[in-house]
Amino acid sequence: MDTRRVSSAVPRVRQVGFFTPNTPAHQPAPTRSQSGPPTSDSPPLSDSPASNSLSPVMIPPPRHLSDNLGGRAYALPVPGRGNAGEHATVGSYNPSESVLWLESPPRSRIGDEELSEGTESSLGWYRRSNSAKVASSLPSGGFDLSQVKQPESVAAVEAKNPLPEKSEAQKEQASNPKSLKAKTTKAERRALQESQRAAKAASKAEANKSNAPGGAASSKPMKQPPQKKDGPPVASSVAASERGVDRPVEKERKKDLPPPRMQFDDESRVDKAKRRSLLNQPEARNRVELFRHLPPHKNGSQLPYLESKFFELHEMHPSVYKVGLQYLTGDTSGGNARCIAMLQAFQEAIRDYSTPPEKTLNRDLTSKIGGFVSFLIECRPLSMSMGNAIRFLKSRIARLPLTLSESEAKAALCSDIDRFINEKIVLADKVILRHAATKIRDGDVLLTYGSSCVVEMILLYAHEIGKQFRVVVVDSRPMLEGQKQLRRLVAKGLSCTYTQLNAISYVMHEVTRVFLGASSIFSNGTVYSRVGTASVAMVAHAFHVPVLVCCEAYKFHERVQLDSICFNELGDPDAVSKVPGREDVNYLDNLTDKQKENLQLLNLKYDATPSDYISVIVTDYGMIPPTSVPVIVREYRKEYLLI
Amino acid sequence: MPDTQALVNDFLNKLKKRKIEGSQATAKQTAELLRSVISQTRVPYTNQAAALIQSVKAVGEGLIAANPVELAVGNVVRRVLHIIREEDLSLTTAAMAGLNLSAVSDDEDDVDGDNQPVLSAAAIAAASRSTLRPPSLQTLLEDVPDSAAVPHTSSSGGDSEGKSKSADKSSRSRKLKHDVIEAVNELIQDINTCHEQIAEQAVEHIHQNEVILTLGSSRTVLEFLCAAKEKKRSFRVFVAEGAPRYQGHLLAKELVTRGLQTTLITDSAIFAMISRVNMVIVGAHAVMANGGVIAPVGLNMVALAAQKHAVPFVVLAGSHKLCPLYPHHPEVLLNELRSPSELLDFGEFSDCLDFGSGIGAPLLHVVNPTFDYVPPKLVSLFITDTGGHNPSYIAEIYQLFVMSLRGEDMKFKSEIMKTNCIAGGNLVKS
Repeated sequence: MDTRRVSSAVPRVRQVGFFTPNTPAHQPAPTRSQSGPPTSDSPPLSDSPASNSLSPVMIPPPRHLSDNLGGRAYALPVPGRGNAGEHATVGSYNPSESVLWLESPPRSRIGDEELSEGTESSLGWYRRSNSAKVASSLPSGGFDLSQVKQPESVAAVEAKNPLPEKSEAQKEQASNPKSLKAKTTKAERRALQESQRAAKAASKAEANKSNAPGGAASSKPMKQPPQKKDGPPVASSVAASERGVDRPVEKERKKDLPPPRMQFDDESRVDKAKRRSLLNQPEARNRVELFRHLPPHKNGSQLPYLESKFFELHEMHPSVYKVGLQYLTGDTSGGNARCIAMLQAFQEAIRDYSTPPEKTLNRDLTSKIGGFVSFLIECRPLSMSMGNAIRFLKSRIARLPLTLSESEAKAALCSDIDRFINEKIVLADKVILRHAATKIRDGDVLLTYGSSCVVEMILLYAHEIGKQFRVVVVDSRPMLEGQKQLRRLVAKGLSCTYTQLNAISYVMHEVTRVFLGASSIFSNGTVYSRVGTASVAMVAHAFHVPVLVCCEAYKFHERVQLDSICFNELGDPDAVSKVPGREDVNYLDNLTDKQKENLQLLNLKYDATPSDYISVIVTDYGMIPPTSVPVIVREYRKEYLLI
Repeated sequence: MPDTQALVNDFLNKLKKRKIEGSQATAKQTAELLRSVISQTRVPYTNQAAALIQSVKAVGEGLIAANPVELAVGNVVRRVLHIIREEDLSLTTAAMAGLNLSAVSDDEDDVDGDNQPVLSAAAIAAASRSTLRPPSLQTLLEDVPDSAAVPHTSSSGGDSEGKSKSADKSSRSRKLKHDVIEAVNELIQDINTCHEQIAEQAVEHIHQNEVILTLGSSRTVLEFLCAAKEKKRSFRVFVAEGAPRYQGHLLAKELVTRGLQTTLITDSAIFAMISRVNMVIVGAHAVMANGGVIAPVGLNMVALAAQKHAVPFVVLAGSHKLCPLYPHHPEVLLNELRSPSELLDFGEFSDCLDFGSGIGAPLLHVVNPTFDYVPPKLVSLFITDTGGHNPSYIAEIYQLFVMSLRGEDMKFKSEIMKTNCIAGGNLVKS
């Protein structure tokens, strides 16, 4: 058991999804195909700054390649693609399609230069929903840092292993490739063997499924055994903690089996929570029976009360406070935007943090963050993705070596947060864009529901690279997020059709692809997303239209859920009865008290789409079927804790 | 005659401008109009039936063309034509029998008398079996040459001529018109009371503590639910608001006023909630010959969700909504696009549209259809004023009903198919 776990420090399962066919017809950027097997002996990466110091051979005995794959395996151990392992960690798609664009500026349409300078702007994507003042007032310091680190993190998105350590290791290997074998330990050999076995199985499956020659091969080089050499000083802490903590991680894994959520129909607990609470809980009138276990919606009317309390809350950092208010008023919405806002607030708070005497940073900061989180939860229930981010941050704090000074520790945490934002959100989205764009053909009619920033980026990107398609924007009350998205799409010159959810059967006839965003994806494949998504997916399924769900992998969660009722979020009930802009719809305005007693208004925020309606999930690890979600969760979870 | 014409024109205008809401109101007004047309029509001495049919048809075609999507109009016209033929037939057989042997005629008259008031499709089918078949040859002989020759010049002298003829004949002519008007009155009565007849069956379908989901507003559904409530059943209702018309708000208010536990939900929450619902009850716009339903927009989604969760999907429809046409591409051909202003505020997106550049095609279309087509396989049960039916049985009824209709009546079928087109096309918002 233990040895298996050791070996799983490097994720073993690489091929968890569909491989984009290698046919050039589907590739928007022909340059990418150059890096594919046929021409791969010209080192495509040698011109990229990150990789030119690396020398060719980093892996492995050709023996395995030949016995696995026969002839086509030779596409692989190509010298020039020495560090392909790193890049191909994206895993489930073939290297010709892979993320090499990130590495070679001249070849890709969005090169490094745009990427690095684009960080600020691409973060703007998430903040777009904020009011302008919010955007300008948000701390920007974090981003300078992230910009500095950009080139490194670019590569690191792909390589989920602690990068510095690895690349250092590669350099060493490069200098004396032959010593590699001699130095492998027993564990390493076993890991190697296992990885080979996995690759073999995968390549067999692959061979049956598609004829993309590079597909299976891509998984090969990544099966590099974990190197036991010490990394450079910067990364040493990471490496040390990684090894030292291996066992505790297992314990922790058990421990952070999702704890049962707070059930709001449990009166004693609710009372307790109320006493602790900062906000005065509104006594919800006439709540819907089925949803008593969920926290009632807190509307913006709490705002003045909270504002007045600002100076009483000493322990609350102002930036966290601000983010909380933004959640409360709905200024910040959308999974990514909320997550980024929260992380940046925490970053600010960490910067201003100083350890009180007689306390240790690890413990005190963790509890402080816990306090922040519970304040944010009071403002609005957290999304799954934010839960994951918080878990990441807490694990980073817990793992800080005690030897670090306070300022070092704080800097390390801040850079970790930056890296999380960059790799898990910004760059993950860029990877998703490119995957999804391959699924858009000329003449397509794409349907999207509500407003998902990833989907919007995909549409704009596909438009940018010259695909001809139409977009159907489906919207629903009461949020009418689609209108905002529609405005942005139309402004960019996309040809759009706008309709409401009820007319979905009418428009579905002409639709060829459905692109949906997600708030979270559970490990049973259920997609938890804006309410109405399930209906769209269902109708698309009934009309045999493929449904693509675009979601960053950090939003995956190991919970399971079957319906939309056990866990959900309630919106403002009054938004249901009021229809803004329609004076003729005022039936519910002047009800007597007796009538009000009988009437309940239900404003659900999310719903759960069963996995049968999902054709594919586009994520930063590639395009996977919904059944592969648990694999991603299992294999990559540890790694994002260890980024 | 001129005042009928004015009435007809008025009604035509209303239909064209879609001033009349709901198929029940339309059906009722159509029947009333046809009644006045019939009463105003001067019947020639011979062949009264043909003359009546002629005038009803002339008006009916105009009405159907005025609003091809409102299938209730065509249904009522068809029913009235059928009534005329039936009455004519029964009078003829009575006369024939009276001439030959009186014993048999009594028997036949009784059968007719039973059948006339009951205008359900089933009864019509039964009538067609019992009375229509045997004398069909004879009526055909009487009818066909007349309608071919069209002796339609009788405008003034009808009455005087009638007097000069034998008393027996004149009484027969008056009797026909009288009988027809009687029967049409009963049809109107039927349309008026179909809600109650449907609602009577409510207690058989709704049990204690049931959770019912409905979308939009339908008077039939409202009365159905209230009837169950009056019988002391307590149950809860989820009402989806039915954007963009928000009729659900209206229904919710009505239900709340009558003391029913009601929860108003957005349309997007239907899928989330349907797993906790025991039954979906909705109204229909029209029921097609294959058992498919033309229903307010959004119901196909509801029906699919209901099917996914094995929730019975029950459609309430008065018999005037049963239409003997087979749908072809009904989502488009039997649909109507409403104003985009219901979805987007006027002028809201004008700045996003640049007609000057590019090919001049607008970048933005707004689609706001009125109806949805629910295929028969998604419907669990129809409840009509003649009882509950399976969708397949509805199809069977139509087989019989259509067979009982004459070729001339069926002409309306092709009429409709010809005149059907999308009213608006994709309206452009500017």
